[in-house]
Amino acid sequence: MTPKRKQRLILVLFVVFGAAIAVALTVYALSQNINLFFSPQQIANGEAPVGTRIRAGGMVVDGSVKRDPNSLKIEFAITDYLQTVIVNYEGILPDLFREGQGIVAQGEMDQNGVFQAVEVLAKHDEKYMPPEVQDALDKTGYDQEGNKQ
Amino acid sequence: MIPELGQYSLILAMIMAAFLAVIPMVGASKGSLFLMSFAKPLAKSLFLFMLISIFCLAYAFATDDFSVKYVAGNSNSALPVYYKLSAVWGGHEGSLLLWVFILSGWIFAVAIKSDGLPTDIMARVLAVLGMVGVGFISFTLITSSPFERLLVNTPLEGADLNPLLQDIGLIIHPPLLYMGYVGFSVAFAFAIAALLSGKLDVAWSRWTRPWTNLAWAFLTIGITLGSWWAYYELGWGGWWFWDPVENASFMPWLMGTALVHSLAVTEKRGLFKSWTLLLAIFTFSLSLLGTFLVRSGVLTSVHSFAADPERGLFILVLLAITVGGSLLLYAIKAYDVKSESNFELLSRETLILINNVVLVIICSMVLIGTLYPLIIDALGGGKMSVGPPYFNLLFVPFSLLLAFFMGIGILLRWKKSSPRKLLKQLLPSFFLAIAVGISAAYLFNQELAFKATLALVLAFWVVFSLILDAFSKVSNKADKLVGLSKLSPSYWAMQIAHLGVVVTMVGVALVATYSEERDIRMVPGDIVTLAEYSFEFQGAEKISGPNYSADMGTIEVLKNNQFFATMHPEKRFYPARGSMMTEADINAGLFADVFVALGEPLADGAWAVRLQYKPFMRWVWFGGVLMMFAGMLTVFDRRYKIRKSALPVTA
Repeated sequence: MTPKRKQRLILVLFVVFGAAIAVALTVYALSQNINLFFSPQQIANGEAPVGTRIRAGGMVVDGSVKRDPNSLKIEFAITDYLQTVIVNYEGILPDLFREGQGIVAQGEMDQNGVFQAVEVLAKHDEKYMPPEVQDALDKTGYDQEGNKQ
Repeated sequence: MIPELGQYSLILAMIMAAFLAVIPMVGASKGSLFLMSFAKPLAKSLFLFMLISIFCLAYAFATDDFSVKYVAGNSNSALPVYYKLSAVWGGHEGSLLLWVFILSGWIFAVAIKSDGLPTDIMARVLAVLGMVGVGFISFTLITSSPFERLLVNTPLEGADLNPLLQDIGLIIHPPLLYMGYVGFSVAFAFAIAALLSGKLDVAWSRWTRPWTNLAWAFLTIGITLGSWWAYYELGWGGWWFWDPVENASFMPWLMGTALVHSLAVTEKRGLFKSWTLLLAIFTFSLSLLGTFLVRSGVLTSVHSFAADPERGLFILVLLAITVGGSLLLYAIKAYDVKSESNFELLSRETLILINNVVLVIICSMVLIGTLYPLIIDALGGGKMSVGPPYFNLLFVPFSLLLAFFMGIGILLRWKKSSPRKLLKQLLPSFFLAIAVGISAAYLFNQELAFKATLALVLAFWVVFSLILDAFSKVSNKADKLVGLSKLSPSYWAMQIAHLGVVVTMVGVALVATYSEERDIRMVPGDIVTLAEYSFEFQGAEKISGPNYSADMGTIEVLKNNQFFATMHPEKRFYPARGSMMTEADINAGLFADVFVALGEPLADGAWAVRLQYKPFMRWVWFGGVLMMFAGMLTVFDRRYKIRKSALPVTA
């Protein structure tokens, strides 16, 4: 092998090696960090795994928001008008969070079937509807106000 | 009347773009100087009509013409006039118009600055830019014209600009970001022109480099401003979310950074030619992909204003034509473009190649993480999202690797370097960097978190290399300072840009590791301590602004028991849209930011309050500013001043 070819070989090996590590890391990281979305109906059917990071979303049920008077703990319910899931959260809610609004939360299901949220996702626009929630509502056949289509 | 004038101008601009795409291109392939001579006047008139068009829209906003649907949806008569004008790009339609206007601006700049360029190259470059123009102007006209009227039920009052966008950040962030995005179309057009003519020489790279650097500089500052804006305006102190829209601007930046480096090799050494062309194509394709992701509504993102499948499809087709067409051309013609020389393993070329490989790897990972949920959803696999841990897990090690190689690459010479000389320079700086980096990390925080310490060590490693290199440049000069001042602007740009990377890296590492944050319920009189700061909540009062009312909190901050600041975070209510907005109060410092924001009112005069201590926050953006400055500086290098005479060819 000429020195020039040897150099080329080293370079090519470096690139292939780097790319292989990158692919392996990507696959690993991706498999660890995918958050599947579940609608209230899927959660009620027991499809959502317990203790795994997932997303859940639906319309915030009117009158369901309860605050703890001495901390930032808050409890509310989300619904797709077929099933309802209780969500617990501690912290500050986004500005556009209100009853009757479609929201998506990130967190885990606990043993009692309560969704322990670590993040409630904020949106820019009060007319905005998270596509996941819209999709879940389309499947149940209700519109955003809860009227049967 | 004025909005119709805007619409007509847009149509005329479309016609100009169509002529520009065809006539000079035909001229270049037939060798007809007459046809090619149409390129410049067409480019200039395209710009003129776009200027009229965007001016008409601005006029409609300034005069509160709510019969224009877009104005009615994004403005309000109570809005201050500067927000009325920036509302031009506050929604989908107007920001597309801005996109096209900026494209026409770049076309105009190329047309008036191309005197030294061979006529056929100039004709082809402008024609390719004309094609891009046709694509996007027709997109604006067909799917999203901002001049559409509401003549029947003309509203008396506008729906107001989204309060989040009523901010200095929105006035400047989108135009700068678009300057970057769209600016890469120039590099793309040069690449296509080179492929069509089969000529890629030193003159070509000298032509392409300043344009690419300039676009890169704009994109850098656009992303930096976006991060800064998200930090204070989204209200919660986050500055990078790995949100798909952020990724959409970050991917062209990564690819563009690779392109800027590869172009340097192509210019100085006549190497990596076909690779440079490919990077130029990819960079612009990623810019288009970014536009598609943001504008099609396929994303769950803070930026998705409105979902419209028709628009998404249109950009997807544009994207497919651009990527497919240019890659096909590349496959057929890239073979004609040959590299001219060789290099040894230990040379600057090799290290730039490593830089390129790592950047492309990072970019691919971001691309996979961004597109994966979309692809799975399109295939019917259900809704999902890829969280920030994915991106951090991959991005952090690879960018640290990049910093390590950066420290070596800066010191290497073109073609070949002596390993012994290199070791002699690098070994002391290696050990010194470890010692200084660890001590600095220890002085800052006794914890010595691994990643933050490693980042500091690598930061010093790069800084030492920069210093060593500057001194080796003047080692044979009698007066070192005079020697340093005589180094070329592009050399200083190299120094400043890499220093910028280091500054950002230090900022990111420290703020990500040592930030402290509390969300807490506070009644007036409560005191909370965070790092060396203590915060006393003194209650909230009602105030009113021009188009909003607000609760304004008062928080007195002590640092090490000395008075530090009185801070006034606000919770605003905008009645026009019925929306709430958090206005955080931030005390910015060179070494730390103190951040307070009001959550929501609770019973008994209590408020939910967010308190944050963010060390070295400013460094993240200051590094971006340095990089932008460096990118702009290269444009002023003497060797890019193209004269009519033949260019001297130097290695």
